[in-house]
Amino acid sequence: MTQAEQERHFNDKIAREIKIEPNDWMPDEYRQTLVRQISQHAHSEIVGMLPEGNWITRAPNLRRKAVLLAKVQDEAGHGLYLYSAVETLGTDREQTIDDLHSGKAKYSSIFNYPALTWADIGAIGWLVDGAAIMNQVALCRTSYGPYARAMVKICKEESFHQRQGYESLIKLCNGTPQQKAMAQDAMNRFWWPALMMFGPSDADSTHSDQSIKWKIKRFTNDELRQSFVDATVPQAEILGLTIPDPNLKWNEERGHYDFSEINWDEFWQVVKGNGPCNKERLEARIKAKEDGLWVREAANAFAKKRALKKTA
Amino acid sequence: MSTSQWPLWEVFIRSKQGLNHKHVGSLRAPDATLALENARDVYTRRSEGISIWVVESAHIHATDIDEAASFFEPSDTKIYRHPTFYEVPDGVKHM
Repeated sequence: MTQAEQERHFNDKIAREIKIEPNDWMPDEYRQTLVRQISQHAHSEIVGMLPEGNWITRAPNLRRKAVLLAKVQDEAGHGLYLYSAVETLGTDREQTIDDLHSGKAKYSSIFNYPALTWADIGAIGWLVDGAAIMNQVALCRTSYGPYARAMVKICKEESFHQRQGYESLIKLCNGTPQQKAMAQDAMNRFWWPALMMFGPSDADSTHSDQSIKWKIKRFTNDELRQSFVDATVPQAEILGLTIPDPNLKWNEERGHYDFSEINWDEFWQVVKGNGPCNKERLEARIKAKEDGLWVREAANAFAKKRALKKTA
Repeated sequence: MSTSQWPLWEVFIRSKQGLNHKHVGSLRAPDATLALENARDVYTRRSEGISIWVVESAHIHATDIDEAASFFEPSDTKIYRHPTFYEVPDGVKHM
């Protein structure tokens, strides 16, 4: 087949909702977009363990501790499903990880904000995982097979992540005035960064158009952000928490909530590496890789020894 | 030593007795024993399996995607292999 025929065949599959699989012909740019997006997604799962992992030893009781441990383990698993999906595109897994460590690859900016109090862990589950799920449910129908399959598995597992966060906030909101204030403070700090998770507005999103055409993305950033706001406002009302936006208002005509413009300066500052925790997060990942070197070496040595025993 | 030198393994899981092992993804591990343990931790955190197979990806042979049309052509043309090809009078039962 000529390149033009292959391209036509590819576009035809996309139009007919037939998934693209690893060995299928695909345009270079489609491949590059997927590598960028899936690896960024994988890195977000891995870096996302850091703010929460920090609270495992300080969880208020054994139940919350077991839940938080299970959630953080899930995030590790999700990172691995996604690294495995990136690898099907012909990339080297270790290079993918090194690209994160060198700063070449990005991860979700939300994890550059610190988790200062226990209420933040609730807010992260409710708002951050809630926003991630909004995005990921849409990605279950993405056009690349291995990515779509990873998303289906991740979505199944993540629904408990959001619920446990919400449940934990309900407890705080029905607790002492101090506990309620702590929950409100977490809401105040995480609301806007959670809205920023959907990325730049459609007008400023460089990759959006082509990604929608290739059905890598099924909805635009602004559409997903709006769905998230619409879903979350009633949940905040049940908690009795105030959303930190004076312009938040139901718009009867649109059938959606109106909300203020995001502080895009802050968004771009954090993307560019100047958020409160960017440096700390990357250092922690690099240290984990370096400190784990002896484990990988020991595993290799042990595998070799066992292989020798088998042949002897 | 880097993990790149660890071979890639494909993971297959039998979710319950009576069903086939099904491909669920891949992982890297230095040997089969660790591949199985990693597969358990990565792919069966919610009782998704009662049995796991791991196969080094390098040992898998696959049909050529570019030759798929001609490779599978013989079966596409034999519609008489399907029961709907045959006409049976109305009233014939249990067939």
